[in-house]
Amino acid sequence: MVRLTIDGFPVEVEKGTTILHAAEKLGIKIPTLCYIEDLLPDGSCRMCVVEVKNNGRTKIDTACTLQVSEGDEVLTMSEKVIESRRMTLDLLLSDHNVHCFSCEANGNCKLQDYAYEYGVSETSYEGAKSGGEIDDSNKFFRYDPNLCILCHRCVNTCTQLVGRGAIDTMERGFQSIIGNGEGLWADGTCESCGNCVQACPTGALVMKRTNKYRPYQAQKRVRTTCPHCATGCQMDLIVKDGKIVDVEGADGPSNHGLLCVKGRSGSFDFVDHKTRIRQPLIKNHETGEFEEASWDDALDLVANKFTELKNQYGGDALAGFACSRSTNEDIYMLQKMVRTVFESNNTDNCARV
Amino acid sequence: MSITSKEDLLKKQTEAQEKIDSYTCRILVCCGTGCVASGSMKIYEEMKRLCADLDGVEVVAQKDVPHIGIAKTGCQGLCELGPLVRIEPQHLQYVHVQIEDCKEIIEKTVLKGEPIERLFYKHDEKPCEHPEDIPFLNQQTRIVLEHCGNIDAESIDEYIAAGGFQAVVKAFFEMTPEEVVEEITKSGIRGRGGAGFPMGKKWSQVARIQSDIKYVVCNGDEGDPGAFMDGSVMEGDPYKLMEGMIIAAYAVGAKDGYIYVRAEYPLSVARLKLAITQAEEYGLLGDNILGSGVDFHLHINRGAGAFVCGEGSALTASIEGKRGMPRVKPPRTVEKGLWEKPTVLNNVETYANVARIILDGADWYRTIGTEGSTGTKTFSLTGAIENTGLIEVPMGTTLRHIIYDIGGGIKKGAAFKAVQIGGPSGGCLVEKHLDEPLDFDSVKKFNAIIGSGGLVVMDENTCMVDVAKFFMGFTQRESCGKCGPCRIGTKRMLELLNKITRGEGKMEDLDKLEETAKFIQSRSLCGLGKSAPLPVISTMQNFRHEYEEHILENKCRAHVCEAMKVYTIDPDKCKGCTKCARNCPVNAITGEKKEPHTIDQTKCIKCGTCMDNCSFGAISIK
Repeated sequence: MVRLTIDGFPVEVEKGTTILHAAEKLGIKIPTLCYIEDLLPDGSCRMCVVEVKNNGRTKIDTACTLQVSEGDEVLTMSEKVIESRRMTLDLLLSDHNVHCFSCEANGNCKLQDYAYEYGVSETSYEGAKSGGEIDDSNKFFRYDPNLCILCHRCVNTCTQLVGRGAIDTMERGFQSIIGNGEGLWADGTCESCGNCVQACPTGALVMKRTNKYRPYQAQKRVRTTCPHCATGCQMDLIVKDGKIVDVEGADGPSNHGLLCVKGRSGSFDFVDHKTRIRQPLIKNHETGEFEEASWDDALDLVANKFTELKNQYGGDALAGFACSRSTNEDIYMLQKMVRTVFESNNTDNCARV
Repeated sequence: MSITSKEDLLKKQTEAQEKIDSYTCRILVCCGTGCVASGSMKIYEEMKRLCADLDGVEVVAQKDVPHIGIAKTGCQGLCELGPLVRIEPQHLQYVHVQIEDCKEIIEKTVLKGEPIERLFYKHDEKPCEHPEDIPFLNQQTRIVLEHCGNIDAESIDEYIAAGGFQAVVKAFFEMTPEEVVEEITKSGIRGRGGAGFPMGKKWSQVARIQSDIKYVVCNGDEGDPGAFMDGSVMEGDPYKLMEGMIIAAYAVGAKDGYIYVRAEYPLSVARLKLAITQAEEYGLLGDNILGSGVDFHLHINRGAGAFVCGEGSALTASIEGKRGMPRVKPPRTVEKGLWEKPTVLNNVETYANVARIILDGADWYRTIGTEGSTGTKTFSLTGAIENTGLIEVPMGTTLRHIIYDIGGGIKKGAAFKAVQIGGPSGGCLVEKHLDEPLDFDSVKKFNAIIGSGGLVVMDENTCMVDVAKFFMGFTQRESCGKCGPCRIGTKRMLELLNKITRGEGKMEDLDKLEETAKFIQSRSLCGLGKSAPLPVISTMQNFRHEYEEHILENKCRAHVCEAMKVYTIDPDKCKGCTKCARNCPVNAITGEKKEPHTIDQTKCIKCGTCMDNCSFGAISIK
């Protein structure tokens, strides 16, 4: 074990622990833009610098990469540290299209938060912006290089967490942008899962959802299970004015914050869709139209029909097939009904994707 | 034929030496990059053609007509004087050889043994017959470059004849891997790639780690503007590099090696490929080398033109097929390098030292150079100097010795101003540093680095702000874009420098420049960013007055910065011929015929056409 102090508080951690993790243990938050838990640190944003004194020597280095040493005296908010973070933000803002009012990420932007926290209201540099055209080619989200701070969270998420590797840094130096190397975003191997969007700390990658909201307008977040396949990804539905406006991958045992394209972009729009069937419907044989009915009437009708079929042809004539979007409990109940009521073993479901 | 034991190698050495001795005359045409650029391949072809005729004569008429071998040698060192041709065994060095001279060389020197005086290099009017007579060459200590220019870079036999692979024999059969590492450690050699990390320490770290797979990687991605040392070694003596890598592989227990060569060095790639093929045919690479049980396979990887790939982790990422970007450390390359396996990564020159250290011992090696920086260092000497070229001198040699004794002083007798050392990652050394020893530690004190060894000499006609701008432009273009300080900071610095050289700078821009430079230097992720501001920092330190002149007086004393050039007509010299006025593209010059003319500075676009056209030398830049 290694003993050190962080902002004067003593802490004991295992050898090889980074200062960032040691600080976390003490509940001290160090700002990061590029850091992703569980991955080899990218170390590119330089926000997490801390001042470390040891053996009469002082150095300033990134907390996400620096491993603890015995006797370290770490300062996370010293004057030098703050000055360095201000400079980092100053440079980032000098190459950032600052139009927070109309930015999708307003209120949900780490660059904005830190710039506010460290009192950097505008850049002190004149000069060109790297810029570039907005890539609107993906159906579900868009990439605006004018807002990109090149933290590579999207790339690292896609490559190392999702395992798709659809995007990488293109060009070099000041002209660097994120792309797939083959033209537009949609031309590559991207599956539109949107985990990159969730990883983006600014408004460079945003979903093209029509339900606009600011994070602070959300009334509640509802933790739920993705309704699509049997993986059981955990997700948070974000509710504004009584309606679901967004979904975010949550840290569940099977998904660790990730979602697929169906989970992220196909799991809540139907809830409030105007053509959604909200009542049982029974077809009127005379007019040929479906008409609203009570649950009792509808269930009676179906029960009678199944009983008729069973009496006439036997249980083997019936089968029950559960949709993979059903929960395990519902699927279980369905097969139970097929076996005990239908007296048939013809039952299955498609939860194998 | 394959060489399967050390006895075989000795036999091959004797055979190869006998073959060389059997030549009565050998024409060595330098085919290093510098000489190729000045047309040495044509000389080579011509010589071959002429000698083919001679062979015809030999067969038919006389039995004792000289048997001529033409070797493609590596860089012989005097790039300024190319194409270079050396005649052995008379040991004559010809310079500036032209196609027309070939016939005369054959007729006089080759057939009759007569020297051709006009082709000799002249030092103080005195012809220098032999390479040793040329001050540029006779004041060097050649270890890395010992065979460059002396052997055929495409003949493994010549390398073997010159004692090649004997260090492998000694390492394999007389030393344990631990002893090899120990010898390298004892020699005190530090990596020649720039950082100067002790080579022995690196090797012993990799040797200590338990792993089935380890790699030996060579950094041949020399990308500094004005540097061509490693390229010259790869072109001129690829075998020496290979021998160093085989020994490294034995010492640390690696079975595979990679040489990462920059894309702009096609000749290096071709020579290395050939060298590897030859060595594989002889069994000097592959399984069970010399019957020792040691396996080592060597592969070549070509870079794709990114300067940052000279950085270790970017280089290994590039070999793996990923984007060449540095990653954070730890883990270090010695622990998790190529394909996350323990990896020895040294540069070309460093490996090229290994064979001699093993053969002659660490104690001998320590006698060369200084205590903290042992051995020699190759430098590519370029810029405003009489003799440009590749040199190798002991560490600790003074800049004065290099510039004035070896380099022959500043070109055209101009005044010395500075030397850019270490390329875009380095800084400038000035007059007061001339007598300081050049080694890893001393140069660092002056805000510069030895780096890979580029020496660009600058005279009074160089604007130091412009120099800083040039190097800043280079690193800004070559930044990989990963971390903010380097990606955005270098751009902002370049913009500030552009502003100053355009004559629009303000004094506070200097503070901003300094502040940004220090931030980039201390906060960048990798060595490229950390060293990128050095040219600005060191020129600001040594030539702050030039920066201030640009800002306060709108003056560029070297008359380099376009915006500050003021073309004026000397009324005493102007004859009123009207030529300047007629040629001025913006009609900025007016004046009556046969009367002195004047330039309207508000209209002048500083194109210099008037000065080029003036027959009386009446127009000058102020």
